[in-house]
Amino acid sequence: MNAVATQASPATASQNHAKAESLLEVRGMYKHFPLADGFLEQLHFEKGRLVRRNEQVHAINGVDLTVHRGEALCVVGESGCGKSTVARLVMGLLSPSAGEISYDGQRIDNMRGKRLLPYRQRMQMIFQNPYASLNPRMTIQQTLEEPLRFHHPDWTTPQVQDKVADVMASVGIDPEWGKRFGHEFSGGQRQRIAIARALAVDPEFIVADEPISALDVSIQAQVLNLLMDAQAERHLTYLFITHDLAVVEHFGTRVAVMYLGTVCELADTRSLFASPKHPYTQALLSAIPRLEDDRPEHVRLSGEVPTPVHLPSGCVFHGRCPHAMERCRQEVPQLIVTDDGNQVACHAVEEGRI
Amino acid sequence: MALLEVSNLDVRFALRQGEVRALRDVSFTLDRGERLGIVGESGAGKSVAAFTLLNLIAKPGYIADGSIRFEGNDLARMSARELRRVRGNRISMIFQDPMMTLNPVLSIGEQMVESLKAHRRISTREARAIALHKLKQVYIPSPETRLDQYPHELSGGMRQRIIIAIALLLDPDIIVADEPTTALDVTIQAEIMTLLRELCEKHNVGLVLITHDLGVVSQMTQRTLVMYAGRVIEQGPTREIINNAQHPYTQGLLNALPQMTTPGSRLNQIPGSMPSLANTPSGCAFHPRCQYRYDASGQPRRDCLEEVPEFVTSGNCDVACHMVRDMLAKEAS
Repeated sequence: MNAVATQASPATASQNHAKAESLLEVRGMYKHFPLADGFLEQLHFEKGRLVRRNEQVHAINGVDLTVHRGEALCVVGESGCGKSTVARLVMGLLSPSAGEISYDGQRIDNMRGKRLLPYRQRMQMIFQNPYASLNPRMTIQQTLEEPLRFHHPDWTTPQVQDKVADVMASVGIDPEWGKRFGHEFSGGQRQRIAIARALAVDPEFIVADEPISALDVSIQAQVLNLLMDAQAERHLTYLFITHDLAVVEHFGTRVAVMYLGTVCELADTRSLFASPKHPYTQALLSAIPRLEDDRPEHVRLSGEVPTPVHLPSGCVFHGRCPHAMERCRQEVPQLIVTDDGNQVACHAVEEGRI
Repeated sequence: MALLEVSNLDVRFALRQGEVRALRDVSFTLDRGERLGIVGESGAGKSVAAFTLLNLIAKPGYIADGSIRFEGNDLARMSARELRRVRGNRISMIFQDPMMTLNPVLSIGEQMVESLKAHRRISTREARAIALHKLKQVYIPSPETRLDQYPHELSGGMRQRIIIAIALLLDPDIIVADEPTTALDVTIQAEIMTLLRELCEKHNVGLVLITHDLGVVSQMTQRTLVMYAGRVIEQGPTREIINNAQHPYTQGLLNALPQMTTPGSRLNQIPGSMPSLANTPSGCAFHPRCQYRYDASGQPRRDCLEEVPEFVTSGNCDVACHMVRDMLAKEAS
């Protein structure tokens, strides 16, 4: 099954690489969150002695990602795999414990204040929950004007208002809504407003963290169409975080599959869905509830996702993997490039066992 | 006679702002061992339908009209005492959020023994043995230790399995599951759903599955009910609904799925959004979003605007739509 797909895709893969220009690069990124914040919380009483122990949640453990200009890179994984943390690190809402993030050739993870400002305009974010991401005390007009006034302090009020009217029209918001408050709208309408806010400052790169997960099916289609239209009109680049694989298949140019803070497979969308290589990707794809009834039985994984506080040794997936061997328990697999130009981090694939 | 027969159910909530009609004229049946899916978007009334099946509607909500006949007895008119004999025992319920359903201060074993002893006169030791057996049925690893653990010590998927074990505890005839996997990840969802289907098949338990996910309905159920704005708008065998939906809303819902279009192209969206139940449109509640609401001359159809559509039978499905009715009439003549 794999062989057929590998023959078909090298041409498309190499084409992608030839014209792809990288916009965002993440190198060797780690992020740890301390479990106990204060000094006193770190003290534990053990065997009659007071010991200080500082445990950490290993949210991101060595992630390398490149987002090419004009593409939609989707990051998928189950809850706790670190996909939202990646989004927040890229946007500078969190700072990495180690590693580098560069945007358009410039390292941005160590920048602060004024120097970061131009990048904040070029990169915008859409959040998951449209009920929480709009300030309840601001009207829609104020919400949409705020980023413009912040990034263009020299603009006159009519200029700002013209721009707001433009962006409202482009996402299908009735100008009448401007006087109203966020709570007066439904989830889908709010998400439109959140998208309008992100688009107001004419960004080139948008990080969308589960932007449609809180919405109903018929509304999801509306919002996805809006995001795709915006991409076509404005030549946007997306980093799209989601757990919905059907959306990824439709929307993504390339897909990064994450598990416990590491990328286990990175491939262009078509070849990932046609021939997933990593055992975790295979299990994840087989678990999507399909409309057809002739679907083969899903790949059952044993056990559950381990806690990111005490990471498993070797491959983080080895405890649930049907192909795990001694090497998987000891050695952390690196992303290797397969013959079709995609990347996978798995000893079994490297050794040709699966 | 069907095991469960719901007819003309009308549920209202008397709020200060006025009366909200959450269910209107909902009728369906469930046979022994049958698996029925109720699909709809948020606000369609599907959760209210699930709660009403066990007469769990609390004030200010009330059942204004209709009956829920279980083995011939009307649950809507039972006393609290009679209801207690049915709930959990003959019809059990699985709720959406596994974090909220279990009592945090009782161990798993205590909760299971408690519900067994509430319905049967057995000793604690016997009850524990039954509880252990049920935990094994849902493939909980090391079930003996789990009995003495507390809910917070278990993961979401494990908790939902324990809730399924509790739902099966008294060998019920029907399980009502309200979005049982919405709070869980896809791989866990697939496991829980497979488990639920296998157990229902094995023990011949009827299942009423409430969900918004058409893929889940397709994998799990034999018959499907589609709800919109408090009404059933289409019902029939699941395969026919998935492959050949008749109602414009069901068609729209299916066509809006990303799988239905080639990757990268625009999705087929339904314009507008679900109306609020306090303010449902006149006539067919779907008419403001429906592409078939105009007649041949481009004028809005009067019947769609004014008359609530009656069910017509198309193939094996019942559909409430004026357009479908006209089409069938044309075919017949």
